[in-house]
Amino acid sequence: MHGERKIRVLIAKPGLDSHDRGAKIVARALRDAGMEVIYTGLRQTPEQIVETALQEDVDVIGLSILSGAHNTLFPRIMELLKQKGLTDVLVVAGGIIPDEDVPELEKLGIKGFFGPGTPTDKIVQFIFENAPKRS
Amino acid sequence: MSEIEEIVQGVLAGDRRSIAKAITVIENNPEKARRIIASIYPHTGKAHVIGVTGPGGSGKSTLIEKIIREYRRRGKTVGVVAVDPTSPFTGGAFLGDRIRMQELSVDEGVFIRSMATRNYLGGIARATKDAVKVLDASGRDVVIVETVGAGQSEVEIIKVAQTIVVVFAPGLGDEIQAIKAGVMEIGDIFVVNKADRENVDKSVMDIRAMLQLSNKEQAWTPPVLKTIALTGDGVAKLIEKIEEHRRFLEREAGREKAREKAETELVEAIKEKVASLMIEELEKEGEFESYLQKILRREIDPMSAAEKILKKKLGGC
Repeated sequence: MHGERKIRVLIAKPGLDSHDRGAKIVARALRDAGMEVIYTGLRQTPEQIVETALQEDVDVIGLSILSGAHNTLFPRIMELLKQKGLTDVLVVAGGIIPDEDVPELEKLGIKGFFGPGTPTDKIVQFIFENAPKRS
Repeated sequence: MSEIEEIVQGVLAGDRRSIAKAITVIENNPEKARRIIASIYPHTGKAHVIGVTGPGGSGKSTLIEKIIREYRRRGKTVGVVAVDPTSPFTGGAFLGDRIRMQELSVDEGVFIRSMATRNYLGGIARATKDAVKVLDASGRDVVIVETVGAGQSEVEIIKVAQTIVVVFAPGLGDEIQAIKAGVMEIGDIFVVNKADRENVDKSVMDIRAMLQLSNKEQAWTPPVLKTIALTGDGVAKLIEKIEEHRRFLEREAGREKAREKAETELVEAIKEKVASLMIEELEKEGEFESYLQKILRREIDPMSAAEKILKKKLGGC
């Protein structure tokens, strides 16, 4: 069946933390909203995440992080995305990211931040509204 | 250069971004997909295509990770299409096969693509066959297709792969139940994975017994192997058997199998083309709707309607 183009989302857990309940709940919510969600498991390097995004040709990357290493890992991921020419991919983040870190991360091009307690509907809606429109 | 030409050039040069984009186009845009396939087709037919199927939880993804590593050790490049089911209720999909293969994603010699079935039946997606052609044309030596967890009727993989590996695991329930039909008949190689578990020899014996019941005359006797995908035990042996089967195809059954495959593809392509042409034609003059109404009123059955349409359009036959 061909029809409207499905939004493809990569849900990734960069770095060294082993808590993926949140990532899985978000993945499930996006799936239930009709998206195709690629889940890659724990402890991913920025290189792995970006290469996966490239091979899977995703529209959106959701980064889940609770280790506190976002200021190290996120810039590296954004840099690699640029190097590989994946500049139109929407990047959103969830987990524990202190408010004061958000402006710097926004400057890198990360667009949505969804901390603990965010209703999943809000994330779904944000992705529908902000995912790149491709033919 | 048009977008499509650019993608085709990229695929033929082995460019990963182009391969990824080509597969996206194939999944979403039938018209552009046809153009891509038409351009790359002369460059296909070089890769050995391996289908890996079997019930969910038998360890297909983990085993494929080890198969890839073994081929890489032998200097071969590998492409993978890993299929998972689309939810029939929401249209969404959770694609988790990569979890087991993640370390390989940064290996330049490996390209892995996850694919949702999008409600296509048979254990693969409609786009799987053409995605395999893209990976083949991009110069991969080996292309592996992982089907959705499959058992009794998900046998579409035979239209895509040359060598089919059926993976079971002990303790997944009554083997006879799991293997009474379907995948049992399409396997070129059978694997009992998780061979460190109890009852593995019983599973092997059950499968051998089932295979012996087949009264088909066979030039190739499917071997039954044991593996432990987690540790990689038995995987080198599995690759030996896959390679043996590849050589067997080259020697004997290969040409016939290729012919059968081409025949099925041609028949399906004609069906699709003719059907859509005919329907388009009928819709132009509103005839489609009037036949539909007649069928709804039970004045004519669909098959008779189709016959009538054909007679009218092609002139009596």
